Amino acid sequence: MSNLETYNKIFRSMFRKTDEELPALKYRGIALWDSIGHMDLMGELEEAFDIRIDTQDVLDFTSYEKGKEVLGRYGVVIE
Amino acid sequence: MEFYKINPAYADNLMLLDDAGNRVTYDDFSAFYTETESHLRTRSLLFLFCENSIGSVFFYLLCLNKGLVPLLLDANMDQILARQLVETYTPDYIALPGRRAAPWGALACAEGFSYAVYENPAAKREDRAGGLHEDLALLLTTSGSTGSPKLVRQSQKNITANAASIADYLALSAAERPITSLPMQYTYGLSIINSHLLVGAAVLLTNRTLFEKEFWDFFNAAGATSFGGVPYTYEMLKRLSFFRMELPSLLTMTQAGGKLSPRLHQEFAEYAAKTGRRFIVMYGQTEATARMGYLPAADALRKCGSMGIAIPGGRFRLMEDEKTEVLVPETVGELVYEGPNVTMGYAQCREDLKKGDERGGVLFTGDMAKRDADGYYYITGRKKRFLKLFGKRVNMDEIEQLLKAEYEGLDVACTGEDDHMRIFVVCRDTAFCRQAEEWLSAKTGLHISGIRFLSIDEIPKNEAGKTLYKNLPADS
Repeated sequence: MSNLETYNKIFRSMFRKTDEELPALKYRGIALWDSIGHMDLMGELEEAFDIRIDTQDVLDFTSYEKGKEVLGRYGVVIE
Repeated sequence: MEFYKINPAYADNLMLLDDAGNRVTYDDFSAFYTETESHLRTRSLLFLFCENSIGSVFFYLLCLNKGLVPLLLDANMDQILARQLVETYTPDYIALPGRRAAPWGALACAEGFSYAVYENPAAKREDRAGGLHEDLALLLTTSGSTGSPKLVRQSQKNITANAASIADYLALSAAERPITSLPMQYTYGLSIINSHLLVGAAVLLTNRTLFEKEFWDFFNAAGATSFGGVPYTYEMLKRLSFFRMELPSLLTMTQAGGKLSPRLHQEFAEYAAKTGRRFIVMYGQTEATARMGYLPAADALRKCGSMGIAIPGGRFRLMEDEKTEVLVPETVGELVYEGPNVTMGYAQCREDLKKGDERGGVLFTGDMAKRDADGYYYITGRKKRFLKLFGKRVNMDEIEQLLKAEYEGLDVACTGEDDHMRIFVVCRDTAFCRQAEEWLSAKTGLHISGIRFLSIDEIPKNEAGKTLYKNLPADS
């Protein structure tokens, strides 16, 4: 599975959305992506890509698109 | 003096700051009160749809000062559940954040600081005189998320006594600047506001979460000295590598809203000891206004896992049953609290708001606890059928009722532990389970990761048809 496929799969199952809906997703933009959802999302991404996302990046991860950039800082290229 | 009566000595003190840069003094509240109070009738019922904002706090305080009785609700709660509550209690007034127009197109009868108050057209003139017990000052929900009509009735004496006790054991002063990491309609969030206004401190208001940069920017810019958190807040702080964050103004961390895992208790107590800060585990319920117990900061490490001792003015004991007290240390019994903050009782309908004090200062908490030889208390379990999901109290019987009302004929049994609710349904359709999870989460505002629907062939019941929760599968 490509990184993008893994990334999308996590978002789809966590927030119960389709691929088409993903690009518009923002933190606190939907009920499920609240602070509890965010905590779970960070955990899933860390496990899937075997990384540890630090404080600044947890706060910087404000949307589906922004998240790709954040993971890039850990050498995880989402494309 | 009641905590909400403006103390002239505080007039020039900063009172509230928000993350948009607005700041008001205690004198600003006095001016707002003088200007606004004549538009609202005393001894009326007002539903206040809250957010952490200056307008929300100002209208709450206006109600207490003017003798209106506010029910505090979440401004973002499910609209249908909110309407049901309005129908059950026919409040005289409804107060909303200003950007939202009254659904019935009415003009506001009072406004200020981005809040507006509307008359409820359904409230009849004849209901307005009397109808509220003279001691009743404030109403809070028992379980905001299920829209349950069961409310806690609090008196002026309750609120003032609890605020004073909290200010006492936390040794609060006007120099404090707590930041609102919790919503104000939540009893713990409200107690932070009340106890700090009593001492003339400034409260930092934000609706941001710990996972937003803006929260921490505001925290540092405004010099927050303390915050409160439920167990889940402390999980999130761990996730944020909180121990490595630069927070020079922080002095105190408090915890309530459910039992913190001993592991997190230990870690935060160690962090506090190392950095010269205070970490204070506390215990409370809306039925006791807010607070009943606290673990003094000096004991945080020594008594890890304990919720501490009774607050000043209160007393704990353990009961084997209604009459027999448990006196032997390390023996479990039901925790009973006595103190001036024990509330008047519950309300289920408007008529109940006429009732006086039904508890006489004694509260059977429904929590099971034991006491060690030094007199420190440890919560061991619960007697009643509720759990906490991310700090919010959830009555499992009410969850079953919500589901039965939505899905006719559904056989359902709700069980679980804190942060993990399991709902057994007699239904083989897994797609239904996923869909029902989404429905329940949207309806209650409870996060879906704490809700799990599971298929079962048959709900175990006794001959009388009562669900045998103990016979449900433990975890799967």
